[in-house]
Amino acid sequence: MFNWVSQIFALVQFNLRTIWQRKGSSAAALFGIAGVVAVLVGVLSIAQGFSAVMNASGKPDTALILRSGADTEMMSGLSRETTRIIADTEGIARSTEGALASAELFVIIDLPKRSTGTDANVPLRGVEPMAFSVRSDVNIIQGRPFEWGRNEVIVGSGAVREFEGLELGRRIPVGKEEWTVVGIFEANGGISESEIWTDASVLQPAFRRGNSFQAVYVKIETPESFQDFKDRLTTDPRLNVKVIRQDDYYADQSTAITGLITGLGTLIAGLMGIGAVFGALNTMYSAVSSRTREIATLHALGFGNGPIVISVMVEALVLALIGGAIGAGLAYVAFDGFRAATMNWQSFSQVAFAFDVTPGLLGRGIFYAAMIGLLGGLFPAIRAARMPVAAALREG
Amino acid sequence: MKFLKLVISNFRRKIIRTVLTILSILVAFILFAYLAAIRQSLSQGIDVAGADRLVVRHKVSIIQMLPGSYEADIEQIPGVADATFSNWFGGIYQEPKNFFPQFAVNPEEYLAMYPEFLLSDEEKEAWFSTRTGAVIGRNTAERFGWEVGDKVPIQGTAWTRKGGQRTWDFDIVGIYDGAEQGTDTTQFLFQYAYFDEARSFGRGLVGWYIVRVDDPDDAVRIATAIDDTFANSPAETKAETEGAFVQGFADQIGNIGAIIQAILVMVFFTILLVAGNTMAQSVRERTGELAVLKAVGFTGSHVLVMVLLEAMAIAGVGGFLGLGVGWLMISRGDPTGGLLPIFFLPTKDIIMGVICVIALGLVTGFLPALQAGRLRIADALREL
Repeated sequence: MFNWVSQIFALVQFNLRTIWQRKGSSAAALFGIAGVVAVLVGVLSIAQGFSAVMNASGKPDTALILRSGADTEMMSGLSRETTRIIADTEGIARSTEGALASAELFVIIDLPKRSTGTDANVPLRGVEPMAFSVRSDVNIIQGRPFEWGRNEVIVGSGAVREFEGLELGRRIPVGKEEWTVVGIFEANGGISESEIWTDASVLQPAFRRGNSFQAVYVKIETPESFQDFKDRLTTDPRLNVKVIRQDDYYADQSTAITGLITGLGTLIAGLMGIGAVFGALNTMYSAVSSRTREIATLHALGFGNGPIVISVMVEALVLALIGGAIGAGLAYVAFDGFRAATMNWQSFSQVAFAFDVTPGLLGRGIFYAAMIGLLGGLFPAIRAARMPVAAALREG
Repeated sequence: MKFLKLVISNFRRKIIRTVLTILSILVAFILFAYLAAIRQSLSQGIDVAGADRLVVRHKVSIIQMLPGSYEADIEQIPGVADATFSNWFGGIYQEPKNFFPQFAVNPEEYLAMYPEFLLSDEEKEAWFSTRTGAVIGRNTAERFGWEVGDKVPIQGTAWTRKGGQRTWDFDIVGIYDGAEQGTDTTQFLFQYAYFDEARSFGRGLVGWYIVRVDDPDDAVRIATAIDDTFANSPAETKAETEGAFVQGFADQIGNIGAIIQAILVMVFFTILLVAGNTMAQSVRERTGELAVLKAVGFTGSHVLVMVLLEAMAIAGVGGFLGLGVGWLMISRGDPTGGLLPIFFLPTKDIIMGVICVIALGLVTGFLPALQAGRLRIADALREL
């Protein structure tokens, strides 16, 4: 047993030291694998970053109420009377000023996007005073909150970054009026940071919404009381609504886009992985064939098949891991924290986010590299072990 | 002829390497095909946008509706040939993930505006005369297995019926094909009259207008004239060419699309670089053999052509197979399950692919071939 292990050690050392002599073909394999990992990690970091925003947006003790049948805020519509009944329902957390419920409007406004210069659907939200208590993570980082009843807005930090004309003090044309940006807010990385907020009663006439709303956001007493609260609303004969936890709502909203990016990313990386396996096979076959005589000599000296197979596979694995590490590093440098905004088709509005290269993704990339290396090393290793000694020694 | 024999025997020399190289090139060109299809898809058919059509929407945002009376006003403007409207419905068939676009339109006017939607005369007649009739694109029909005569219930999300019901029933009376490769055949079109009468609010309002102009060169002036007509009214408009509208819509995806495409281009060239390196290497390894060939009387240009032919053959087999396999895979539909409505391999990209294949063969074969052609017999044989 010890003999076997020491044979492996000797061969692995020998193989690794000779990689440099085959730097051309080794570099080709390494390069290929680095590319695969960089692309896999890079593309998935887009989906990761997007869902990170969506996940930061929801809290289990916050619920939103839409008209039954509507699957997004944009599609929903609730009358003033309905929102009052909802706000009076038992089960909503309360502060000294009353129930933590905010009836809101959610529309879009065309503003030019910095990266393309063309109009984009920027989400514009009209809120009631309780909105800031329902979403306690919203805080103003620059300027001041808008004053109720005036043509003033506050803008999320992501929206300021991605769209033109939203800096502090700028005016946004809305129909015949102009609204002034008086503050910039953050919301713990959540989707609100992509939005513009104003007083719902200012937004209603500007968008001809009469006295109607689209959603009610409420803070429920405890996350566990959600089901009771939901049942109370859905069984109320005066109402025709649906009640969703905020985190479920946003998780739902991100399925299409993360599915799209993950689908494309996996397809591309899968195809590339196949390509890289061919590259690795090529490299390892030529590595084995250039050493035909050495391997035969080893056989003649009494080295076993096992150590020879393992040594070739370790060589492939080492190449793959180096390639994988380079690729993962490249992806991290190139993509981590890269800021972008894209259209979320489910909400028909823009979402600002940052690419997110997580340790999990890096690990996945390197694991993928290792698999490519093992596959690429296996067949050449078997060939090395099967080489007949006499014929191989004669060759070359 | 004897050349061919030599080339083939060279392939067999290291059959595994030859096969692996061909397979790498094959994969690269499958990726190339997907790149082309994804780019086409993200641009959402800008190529097929009508040059003589304008889209007129509410100035604040497209979700704001416009009065139905604007159609007559627009048609008064000199240079306007025709105008019609469309109305986003946004309903759900069974589940939200079964997304496809639905529009409430005036059938006669809409088909006149979009002659690239091909329907038989019987289907047109049936649609015009059936109040709950709907026509759907081939793509959507095949996706859900719908046929003419089927009854399809759609759940309204924004639009409820008077009385609060959410289910709208439609009769499929026709399936349209696209006149061009890039025509959107995912749309579900139904009668505005049925929609407007039954909806619980918003009567008389429409989503946006599509305007045909007499002279495409005049489009920008007419767009300005339309916007001026409705300036200072409660619903101001923004008119632009259909191309600009579609481009603006596609641009909403932002640089994500560009990034994915850049990645694919990188990948394509990386694989080609690796494969090209292997091909060049296999020529270098044979310096001795090539010298022997020259020693027995082959001329420099013979050897050059032979090496070049070999590279072209490898690139050709791998590249054309790759394009073919890519085309087959893409024809089976988009990899995301309906999120990319227009997903096909455009002809111009197939031609581009063929050019890339030939270029690959030339580039990877040329340098080694040149070296081989110039090989001095004595030098090369001494190295053996």
